[in-house]
Amino acid sequence: MIIADDLKYTKTHEWVKVEGTKCYVGLTDYAQIHLGQIVFVDLPEVGDEFSAGDQFAEVESVKAVSEVYSPVTGTIEEINEELLDNPALLNEDAYANWLVIIEMTEAAETDRLMSPSEYRDLCDKLDEEAAH
Amino acid sequence: MKETPLIFEISKPGRKGYSLPECDVPKQDLSQIIGKDLLRTTPPNLPEVSELDAVRHYTKLSTRNHGVDSGFYPLGSCTMKYNPKMNEVVAGLDGFSKLHPYQNENSTQGALELMYSLSEMLAEITGMDQVSLQPSAGAHGELAGLMIIKAYHNNRNDFKRTKIIVPDSAHGTNPASSAVAGFQTIEVKSDANGEVDIECLKEIMNEEVAGLMLTNPNTLGLFEKNILEIAEIVHEKGGLLYYDGANLNAVMGIARPGDMGFDVVHLNLHKTFSTPHGGGGPGSGPVGVKEFLAPFLPVPVITKKDQDYHLDYDRPLSIGKIKAFYGNFGVMVKAYAYILSMGAEGLKNVSETAVLNANYIAAKLKDVYHLPYKRLCMHECVLSGVRQMKLGVSTLDIAKRLLDFGYHPPTVYFPLIVSEALMVEPTECESLETLDEFIEAMRTIAREAETDPEMVKGAPYTTVVSRLDEALAARKPVLRWKKDSEND
Repeated sequence: MIIADDLKYTKTHEWVKVEGTKCYVGLTDYAQIHLGQIVFVDLPEVGDEFSAGDQFAEVESVKAVSEVYSPVTGTIEEINEELLDNPALLNEDAYANWLVIIEMTEAAETDRLMSPSEYRDLCDKLDEEAAH
Repeated sequence: MKETPLIFEISKPGRKGYSLPECDVPKQDLSQIIGKDLLRTTPPNLPEVSELDAVRHYTKLSTRNHGVDSGFYPLGSCTMKYNPKMNEVVAGLDGFSKLHPYQNENSTQGALELMYSLSEMLAEITGMDQVSLQPSAGAHGELAGLMIIKAYHNNRNDFKRTKIIVPDSAHGTNPASSAVAGFQTIEVKSDANGEVDIECLKEIMNEEVAGLMLTNPNTLGLFEKNILEIAEIVHEKGGLLYYDGANLNAVMGIARPGDMGFDVVHLNLHKTFSTPHGGGGPGSGPVGVKEFLAPFLPVPVITKKDQDYHLDYDRPLSIGKIKAFYGNFGVMVKAYAYILSMGAEGLKNVSETAVLNANYIAAKLKDVYHLPYKRLCMHECVLSGVRQMKLGVSTLDIAKRLLDFGYHPPTVYFPLIVSEALMVEPTECESLETLDEFIEAMRTIAREAETDPEMVKGAPYTTVVSRLDEALAARKPVLRWKKDSEND
């Protein structure tokens, strides 16, 4: 499992890359491994507004449908349309394929996100719990 | 065995399975009778085969099925028990199978009596006061039950109850039914014992909640020991308790939802009461209620006056009709035959044996497969493939490998709160020998995961087709056959 060093993370397994007031959001490698082969991605519309913690997308794998939550508050500026035709890209490289770009209204929210090492601890803990 | 061509692919122009004599009555011009605009101009694209071709084709396909009549079918949460053939004989009796739903009450007293008696039996088994047999299957029963809950609150001018609480371990149908009934679903978490987290429930239970849906035993195969406290928390704030009867096979004659505090239940006759399902349906999902909810039951309700049975439509508070006529009658006949042939002691014995069988499997496999909840289970046990996952072998691989041993795999990846879940429900019908053979197959696969993981990952090998690409099938589904010329 890969955890990229230059990203921030949520406890619901989204990764976040901040560029000014723009925020790229994707699914982590841990998430794609546990979901298995992803067959369908449902993304919001450009212009939709979400608060931090809101569900903004759904991914469906051969196992189950899972919700994706917005790490920050803001407006959807762009969606990755390539994923709609080829959801397998998320399995191929979780970090190269973002889901949406959000224009943030409260940039300070990203301070609350997890660092790569904190996220690694979380994943280790979850794996341990599953085997307990 | 090899792949069988589609019947379209064995079609030969002009070949047919019938021969008709020359027409000896005056011919009518169809366009005069039906109207030219409604008539097709090109012939339908049907396969052209002989009668023998058609018979062989479908006979061959019928042998490719795996049903409980052909082998062990431990599909968790589905109660794939044996369906005694006597039930089919009874349901096929002319007096039942040749009735017409538009016949008048005088000529259908026997059928009405059967439905009335079956309702009473189901009410007794579940501890409810009245039962409607109308819903066509489980999820439909859920919807009917939730509509009854909504009608009850609305009738008391209590319109603020817009939410239904569902546990995170629930069947997917629960939140779906809640949404279809117009409620917002909120989730209550499970605690470390795999039961409803009482503190979490207290936090989210308020006067906007119409009710709680619960399966008991729950989908982890565990009995919710705190059910009385759960009922109190929900009732105290004016909510109602809904019992999802998916797992009733564990508690018949031992515990009753009505005594646990549930106000509404649905049952799956096609699971617990031994009528065919899983492609062989149809199902039947009766809904039972406590007396105070009886006015809201779907119409018609079967009533008895002196020795006569009637269909009562005069129920002003009813949620209305939810199914054509009175539900799936043939299924009711089979369930009735089953209950009568088992008797009260027999049904209790069913549940005891179902629970014993599940615990036997858990006990015999827990040293090689991870058992997430280490306590006695009810009629099904949830194992996890997390140990095998570390060796690169997933639960899906284990399920596929089981096909090589001639078994229908258990339910996999459900409940969602168990990683790499394998949910095994053996039912009461299986012998010790069958259980031991299955256990041996599961142990063999666990050994293979260690010594020869590629073997498991490449399975199945003995089936007509090998591992199918499920992701491709979901991403680019081929929904119907097309002629080559249509594929361009």
